[in-house]
Amino acid sequence: MNTEHNTNGFEPKIVGFLCNWCAYSGADLAGVSRIQSSPNIRIIRTMCSGRVDPSFILEAFKRGADGVLVAGCHFGDCHYLEGNFKTIRRIEFLKMLLNQFGINEKRVRLEWISASEAEKYAKVSFEFTEEIKKLGPLKLFRNERG
Amino acid sequence: MAKPKLALYWAASCGGCEITILDIEEKILDVAEFFDIVFWPCAMDFKYSDIESMDDNSIDITLFNGAIRNDENEHIAKLLRRKSKLLIAFGSCASEGCIPGLANLFTKEDIFDFVYKESPSLEDESKGIFPVTSTQQAEGETTLPKFWNTVHTLDQIVDVDYYIPGCPPQSFQVAAVILAVIDVLKTGKELPPKGSVLGTDSKTCCDECPRIRKEKKIKEFFRPHEIIPKEDECLLDQGILCMGPATRSGCGALCVKANVPCRGCYGPPPNVKDQGAKMISALSSVIDATTPEEIRKILDKIADPIGTLYRFSLAASLLQRKQNDMIN
Repeated sequence: MNTEHNTNGFEPKIVGFLCNWCAYSGADLAGVSRIQSSPNIRIIRTMCSGRVDPSFILEAFKRGADGVLVAGCHFGDCHYLEGNFKTIRRIEFLKMLLNQFGINEKRVRLEWISASEAEKYAKVSFEFTEEIKKLGPLKLFRNERG
Repeated sequence: MAKPKLALYWAASCGGCEITILDIEEKILDVAEFFDIVFWPCAMDFKYSDIESMDDNSIDITLFNGAIRNDENEHIAKLLRRKSKLLIAFGSCASEGCIPGLANLFTKEDIFDFVYKESPSLEDESKGIFPVTSTQQAEGETTLPKFWNTVHTLDQIVDVDYYIPGCPPQSFQVAAVILAVIDVLKTGKELPPKGSVLGTDSKTCCDECPRIRKEKKIKEFFRPHEIIPKEDECLLDQGILCMGPATRSGCGALCVKANVPCRGCYGPPPNVKDQGAKMISALSSVIDATTPEEIRKILDKIADPIGTLYRFSLAASLLQRKQNDMIN
């Protein structure tokens, strides 16, 4: 359990896109089992991690997220057979572009969490929150004139 | 009845959009006959004061091409917005930032350092002389517009009524739009809803492409000079990065018919905010790899991913420019 706060008081905003069949159920199980997970993660349930278009992640950053977690089923477990294979390619591709955009690729994290892995969800949520705390807030330059 | 007033302006652009207007051939005579051209700096001698002295909303239509990258562009954009009933973002620069928008991968300092200090074409004595916005001379003060750090699209600066995308917009589409506008003005027909993209279709470039498509599995990307593409097969199937799946239709699949991949100049298709992100989605569905290492190996063959996926739409994209997160 991790309840300590960073000295500078920065509480990152993290958006978590969790797939309905595995990761979301895993997070749900963490809740009903009273396993504490990071409150910094704002969960959005998607039907599949493959539903997460890269523009969702960019939009999250644009609207003030400091990190984005995408979590889906382990390979072979995808409810739609191969949605998660598309996800891994998308995230790798997006990370490559984020590097060129000058955004730290560690702000995007991809994890496979099954419906029974409540402990894993809790662990990942704290680890990722700590990592984003270390990276600091994401400050985007947009629409600056002059 | 007085003729409807038409204004044309270029901001940060190459001039190709002006040529495409002349490329409508003999229909330009209809334009000249039907409209009173009140402002067209590229073709005729006008002064900014001519526009400043006009009443607000007195210009019927303004075709504005070019992105906004300095104070002068912004000033004229705001001026023409005030004076025009309809302001149309004409061409890719005004709509999405286009090639000038790729400057958003650099800072203003990077650009000035290269152009005024490091460029090999500079004479030694002129190296390191940077432009300033104001200089005092014996005759008085001379001024230059301030160069911005970030290139903007027209609609990031002022309200825009319609868009005509393309680099440049195809002249047959321009002619069709102009004839439709003349028809609207003559007959009082209803205008399309505000924000419409004119002179295009509402599908993707692939929809117009005559090539044969198979099930795609890309194992390796090739740059155009590394391969001689087959003329009848989908270019993506052959491993050539073609922007067709994430590009609005309307050009008539011009490039792919010339055996060259689509570069994406018509911008994102309807309901897509970010052309590059959509292209990531499309390509990720067809790359034939499942481990991060294999995927990176295939993707590493894409030289300059942003310049390829956002070649025409960087300034309008969700992130808009290179950010500064790495120094943290």
